[in-house]
Amino acid sequence: MSENPLFARRRFLLGGTAIGAGVLLSACTSNATPDSDRTQPVAQGGGDNAEPGEEVTIGFSAPAADHGWMAAMTRNAQAQADIYSDVVFQATEGTNDVNQQIAQVETLINSGVGVLIILPHDGAALTSAGQQAMDAGIPVINVDRVFDSPLAYRMWIGGDNYRMGVNAGNYIGERLIAEGVDDPVIAEVAGIDSLPLTQERSQGFADALERHGFTVSNRVSAEFTVETGESETANLLQAAPRIDALWNHDDDQGIGVLAAIDSAGRNNPDELFVVGGAGSINMMNYIEDPESVVAATVLYSPSMCSSAVSMARLLGQAKGMGDLAEHEIPASLTTYSAVVTADNVADYRDVGFES
Amino acid sequence: MGGGLRPDVRILGLLAVLILLCVVGYLTSDGLFLTEGNISTVLRLSAAIGVVSIGMTFVIATGGIDLSVGSMVALSSVWMTTVATQSFGFGMMVVCGLVVGLAAGLVNGLLVSYGKVVPFIATLAMMASARGLAERISGRQTQVVTDQDFLSFFRGDFLGVPVLIWILAVVFAIGWVLLNRTTFGRRTLAVGGNPEASRLAGINVKRHLAMVYGLAGLCCGIAAIMVVARTTSGAASNGLLYELDAIAAVVIGGTLLSGGRASMFGTLIGVLIFTVLGNIFTLNNLETDIQNIAKGVIIVIAVLLQYRTANTNRTT
Repeated sequence: MSENPLFARRRFLLGGTAIGAGVLLSACTSNATPDSDRTQPVAQGGGDNAEPGEEVTIGFSAPAADHGWMAAMTRNAQAQADIYSDVVFQATEGTNDVNQQIAQVETLINSGVGVLIILPHDGAALTSAGQQAMDAGIPVINVDRVFDSPLAYRMWIGGDNYRMGVNAGNYIGERLIAEGVDDPVIAEVAGIDSLPLTQERSQGFADALERHGFTVSNRVSAEFTVETGESETANLLQAAPRIDALWNHDDDQGIGVLAAIDSAGRNNPDELFVVGGAGSINMMNYIEDPESVVAATVLYSPSMCSSAVSMARLLGQAKGMGDLAEHEIPASLTTYSAVVTADNVADYRDVGFES
Repeated sequence: MGGGLRPDVRILGLLAVLILLCVVGYLTSDGLFLTEGNISTVLRLSAAIGVVSIGMTFVIATGGIDLSVGSMVALSSVWMTTVATQSFGFGMMVVCGLVVGLAAGLVNGLLVSYGKVVPFIATLAMMASARGLAERISGRQTQVVTDQDFLSFFRGDFLGVPVLIWILAVVFAIGWVLLNRTTFGRRTLAVGGNPEASRLAGINVKRHLAMVYGLAGLCCGIAAIMVVARTTSGAASNGLLYELDAIAAVVIGGTLLSGGRASMFGTLIGVLIFTVLGNIFTLNNLETDIQNIAKGVIIVIAVLLQYRTANTNRTT
């Protein structure tokens, strides 16, 4: 629990002083009357959202923090709530039991929270609970795993699995072309194959590689755990005596992936480079280390949970996002899977999480 | 008896399956299968689950079952790698791993023998609570090992063979001798075959059962050390689904689920069959779902074979 992605929100919190040029609209052209109050909509750049407003009670329900990423999601939400003097945060104990999570959401509804943040263990199964809250007049912010129906949430905020794959594929493709590697061997260590998110990541990866004229040569799927990452990669390394680039979907299992690479005596940045996924502090440390094979990681950052809390607060205070011209917060917000490399890792440490 | 100097037909059949798999692996993998690196990888990946299965063999031989082996591996691995024990160094990590595994196993044993709780239920409770405790201790974070002595020893080689494989070999040898050449082994089979007769024959059945579950726990402690070495970390997610893999290996190895007959050699072959299967699928870049189907088919065939011969070779 070292850094928190709090300061990543600085842009959002600090009211920019740069007032949009629209204010200076002296647009008295045409035949508009000078005293007309009809102005063009313009973004005011930050506004006064950071100022304490009316008190908002935010209810929070999430799955069990059974791995680093999920633990970071929960911690980030709490930490973001802590910095607001006008937020009362009611978090329930995380659970992977669908019925228990539904019961928790119902409890939060009955306790009269103003806004509800639901990170469902299973989006489909929690849809009815989200709907129930919305029907009770409590706006719901649905984080990451999406509900079946937009009627069940006021706003969805989450990561972009497909683009995660695309950005990993583009990074690997561009780098291999720049290095002039002929007929490269590209390996992929996926997460749980039966999950749609894994399929989206792999699809994005394949599509991006195809643009560069490459395909995945060897693919295994682990189970997001260190141990399966190690065992699958150990076999993968035997299957491909030469690997030029490897994309591992998940930094939690990445520790195991790297252990296997080390066991096989192939921990050599001149021979292969590894791209991670999610953005753990651990991988960021490796990215900084020139001796390590880890060259980059594509974010799927748990900072989205910090953002969800700040959105919930604005929703409760009926404010919009300062940098947009809209009066309300958006209905959907997809976070961007930035590629963190040795060049920019220092800027992204604040959103790194302990895996 | 199986697995002794007089291997029965089933063991030979199982060995034939393993050899057949290796031949398939060799023929389909452009010569990758028989490389030293690959053989070493297969054995290294078999090591932890192999040791767990050796402990499981004793438990199943008594007619019991241990569903908590994976969770005990997780708990031991996390205990070993939490900051407090790592700061005491390498020896303390190893001792902690073994002691925690043994203690958890003994709790199972006491529940089963003196508490008269059905093994399935007692170990189910341990399965849930040991993993829960592992999550609590680790803060649900992966604890990366920083102790270089530990890493260089357990990740290293001895006489050109990875230390993990040596550990598997030693544990197997001890397990085989214990099962086939000692009073402990004979009592284990007797208790599994007919607990009432064993009691009348003067065996302290309760104490023996407690010891058997303790032994299974100790094996999980050893396996935890291996997993920590392999992955360079302790995590509450370690040892996931080990119970199913271990039970499958033991059962296809010719140990009767009802107890009374066990084969240590069969268990080892069973473990190797599954590891080799996974290896061959990865070498051929095949999807995991097909691998799981193949795994299921192998289990069914092996158990059908066993079922047909169960009543002819039963040792009591």
